[in-house]
Amino acid sequence: MADAAETKSLSFQDMILTLHAYWAARGCAILQPYDMRVGAGTFHPATTLRSLGPEPWNVAYVQPSRRPTDGRYGENPNRLQHYYQYQVILKPSPADLQEQYLGSLAAIGIDPLLHDIRFVEDDWESPTLGAWGLGWEVWCDGMEVTQFTYFQQMGGFDCKPVAGELTYGLERLAMYIQNVDNVYDLRFSDPVGDVPGLSYGDVFLENEKQFSKWNFEVADTDGLFAGFKAAEAECQRAIEANVPLAAYDQAIEASHLFNLLQARGVISVQERTNYMARVRDLAKGSCKAWIDSQSDAWTAKYPGWTL
Amino acid sequence: MDREISGVDAVTDFLLELRSEEIPARMQAGARAELDKLFRAQMSAAGIEVGDLSIWSTPRRLALIARDLPDATAAVSEELKGPRSSAPLQALEGFLRKTGLTPEQLEDRDGVYFAVIDKPGRATVEVLAEAIPTIIRAFAWPKSMRWGKDSASSESLRWVRPLSGIVAIFGEELVPCEIGGIAAGFATRGHRFHCPGEITIGSALDYVEKLRACHVIVDHEERQAIIRDGAAKAAADAGLTLVADEGLVIENAGLTEWPVPLLGRFDEAFLEVPPEVIQLTARVNQKYFVVNDAAGKLANGFVCTANIAAQDGGAEIVAGNRKVLAARLSDARFFWEQDRKTKLEDLAKKLDRITFHEKLGTVADKVERVANLAEWLASGGIVPNCNPAFARQAAELAKADLVTEMVGEFPELQGLMGGYYARAEGLPDAVADAIRDHYKPVGQGDDVPTAPVTVAVALADKLDTVVGFFGYGLKPTGSKDPFALRRAAISILQLIEHGGIRVHLRPLLFRLSLACYQQAIARAYFERFGKVADVFGAESNDEKYDLLIRLQGIEPRLETDALNPKTAASQLLEFLIDRLKVQQRDAGVRHDLIDAVFGLGGEDDLVRLLARVKALQAFMASDDGANLLAGYKRAANILKQAGKDIVFPAKAGIAGDGEPTIAAPAFAGATDMDKTLLTALDRAEPAASTAVAGERFTDAMAALASLRAPIDAFFDGVMVNDPDEAVRAYRLGLLARFTGAVHGVADFSKIEG
Repeated sequence: MADAAETKSLSFQDMILTLHAYWAARGCAILQPYDMRVGAGTFHPATTLRSLGPEPWNVAYVQPSRRPTDGRYGENPNRLQHYYQYQVILKPSPADLQEQYLGSLAAIGIDPLLHDIRFVEDDWESPTLGAWGLGWEVWCDGMEVTQFTYFQQMGGFDCKPVAGELTYGLERLAMYIQNVDNVYDLRFSDPVGDVPGLSYGDVFLENEKQFSKWNFEVADTDGLFAGFKAAEAECQRAIEANVPLAAYDQAIEASHLFNLLQARGVISVQERTNYMARVRDLAKGSCKAWIDSQSDAWTAKYPGWTL
Repeated sequence: MDREISGVDAVTDFLLELRSEEIPARMQAGARAELDKLFRAQMSAAGIEVGDLSIWSTPRRLALIARDLPDATAAVSEELKGPRSSAPLQALEGFLRKTGLTPEQLEDRDGVYFAVIDKPGRATVEVLAEAIPTIIRAFAWPKSMRWGKDSASSESLRWVRPLSGIVAIFGEELVPCEIGGIAAGFATRGHRFHCPGEITIGSALDYVEKLRACHVIVDHEERQAIIRDGAAKAAADAGLTLVADEGLVIENAGLTEWPVPLLGRFDEAFLEVPPEVIQLTARVNQKYFVVNDAAGKLANGFVCTANIAAQDGGAEIVAGNRKVLAARLSDARFFWEQDRKTKLEDLAKKLDRITFHEKLGTVADKVERVANLAEWLASGGIVPNCNPAFARQAAELAKADLVTEMVGEFPELQGLMGGYYARAEGLPDAVADAIRDHYKPVGQGDDVPTAPVTVAVALADKLDTVVGFFGYGLKPTGSKDPFALRRAAISILQLIEHGGIRVHLRPLLFRLSLACYQQAIARAYFERFGKVADVFGAESNDEKYDLLIRLQGIEPRLETDALNPKTAASQLLEFLIDRLKVQQRDAGVRHDLIDAVFGLGGEDDLVRLLARVKALQAFMASDDGANLLAGYKRAANILKQAGKDIVFPAKAGIAGDGEPTIAAPAFAGATDMDKTLLTALDRAEPAASTAVAGERFTDAMAALASLRAPIDAFFDGVMVNDPDEAVRAYRLGLLARFTGAVHGVADFSKIEG
């Protein structure tokens, strides 16, 4: 035990590499982040679109996530407008999903007989994706470290079969494992020879300062409104042209522009509901178009499967 | 297969465990009740009597032990009566189809066919094996889900979270059953981390102790006791006192199989944040108990409940939880500091962004109405000793905290935070208190404010709410009360009763409904003509009403779904009286007596109404009261039979619509009984009406009591329906005066019994 305690905790990047190795060993394809601005790993089409339909789908990836309203100009030790989520999608959900998940915590150095790990009810719902599922937030010593969800619906459609989704908050987990109180003090990488390691602050502090300012003060709201409209129109065009993947990109774009408009404080309470409904319509429309484009192949390959 | 089973010769215990992934804590009590209900229903349908039944829950299992079940159900012989043997052939055929018998198997008893069907007893194991899948399928969870590869089909099994195992043992025998690919077995699992492997259960007898050895306490009540006592002890060991919270005890017991309460401390500097905020953060977000110091003030400690006996005694767990709480409290302190940078009056300006209700405008609109009303309640003396300027100021600021960061995070702190911020701004205490308490009373058990400014704002706020919704016909129906108007009504009644608020509700509600209607018409007028209607300079409310009705009827009619204010106000008054009956029932006040007093038509001052009802109730409990009621009912019956030609005397003590009195004609042949009653009436009538006018209701009852002996003697000694018309008319006149005198106090015809 003494040895274990003295073992140095994983750096931020080693934690990610460990999770990659862990989930790869369990059959997951390790994907890369989606190349668009999104609010959460769930927005990646590898989750949203691929959780629909009968085909098995087991993937893991890191997704940089942007939440403009959470920006604190680099001054808050816990809150960031840009952070990382580690996302695992297993479809259909395996019977030992909880055990597999707990194994991943052990792999990154959390001992469940030293730390109190709990599954606390938390039903997940994404109004902008028309999605919901049942599951828990996983607590480690009272801190939420993972959202654990069995998807029941996506884009307003039943998930058949149900996919299990794990969303790890990487910064929180790393702060926990490394025992630091300020996110910017995290060891991002460890020194090797005479190459120094980097801290999270070395990598991201300046980003937080500049993007907080841009999100809250600078971003051109007329341009954002225009961008929202353009994305909305383009999404419809793409749906009509039967290219749902491209349509979905525009839904993601509209969603992010809406988040930026929120951060700029130019959307009133009443308008907010309206904008969310518009984003949801885009996401649902894209999901529907995706299903329409795939369902022949799905039913051919999985006789008896119905929407 | 035909086992001879006669009666019940042996009893056995049955164990059922339904293991799943973590069941939400808040659903466990309901799940236990559901299992109890479904199991009993299944057994009763099979004819098995259930005796001692224990049902327990943990986050990962529902367990049931039924003790002393019979090994088999008793054989039953069922007898069905069929058609007569002389009946047409179709009737016989129908009966054979129904019973599945052949004609030879029927018994002909005196020309009637009987079918005797013997149902052999069944082994209980078989019954259970069928019952378990049925119970699982029928189980109603508040929310359920599908999972795994079977969920490719919509028909796959649903459970609250994935169902992972079934243990079903009758005696020591496995109850063979399967559902959703899960077969019942002897194996279960212990604590997720302490004993992750499979453990084999032998029978109901060893279940609880085997699990205990594997770090699972199955009995939720035992876990609750461990948390309740352990948390108190952890606090006491540090010289602190636990703030008891039974809801947290139950919730933590629903989150743990092996609960271990642990005390932690947080930075004392956080105590500058209001204690309610700290407690709420700790409880809602983290499910921690808080603790008080020796002086009874909130201390910088918390108790969390771990689900493991940690190798280091919990040091790491406490350190981790402390860090999480510190982050939460930092947020709360940030809000607390941030919110105080803006004055409430500036925050209040943002209320026009929040919709109160589409018909009733924004919260800012509501605030304006409430401020006017609160000020008026104060300046008119309706809320006594209330500074009108304070009432207006408090009402104007009361909702401002809705746009603070803190209330955005913790909506349940509305009002409370406004009070803190008002005080921090240096506003008068009366104003700060009113802002803090103006949502009260919330429900029957809550404190009822009595400080005048608070009462004015609280009453104005709730009156505005009920008047507004009733004004658009949005009143509660059946179990649907989306705007919580019943609760608002009860609060209004409590404020009026506790504060001794003397107000005639009828004109007040009319005035307010009229204002609501006026707004609706003004809006409709503006929408139609693009300008403001300029006819609202009416002097009286009646004049204003006439103007509005005329305006509403201009051709084509102005479109509005606001109700006529007279209709709205009278529906609202009836609703309030209905709520009063419900509310007073708990205080032991009879609803029929409320009807008896309200039924007089004029009594709309709730304080006076209740005083009158209470005096009446005391009177009705006395001998005099009971006898007088009997006398009244007899008199009323006789008068009813006598027909409509009797003119009733005026109702004493009631303003308005009393009918003309006829004096009983002088009559030479009056007996002593007649005269005694007449004299008593001459005395009692004015005595009762003076007493009612002076609100001396006990005296009014005493005046009525003085009629009891004379009316009894009258009925005993004379015949009302005398053959002599003149005598009859005289006596009917006396009775009419008698009932009139009684009506001066209450409408006795509405009293039951």
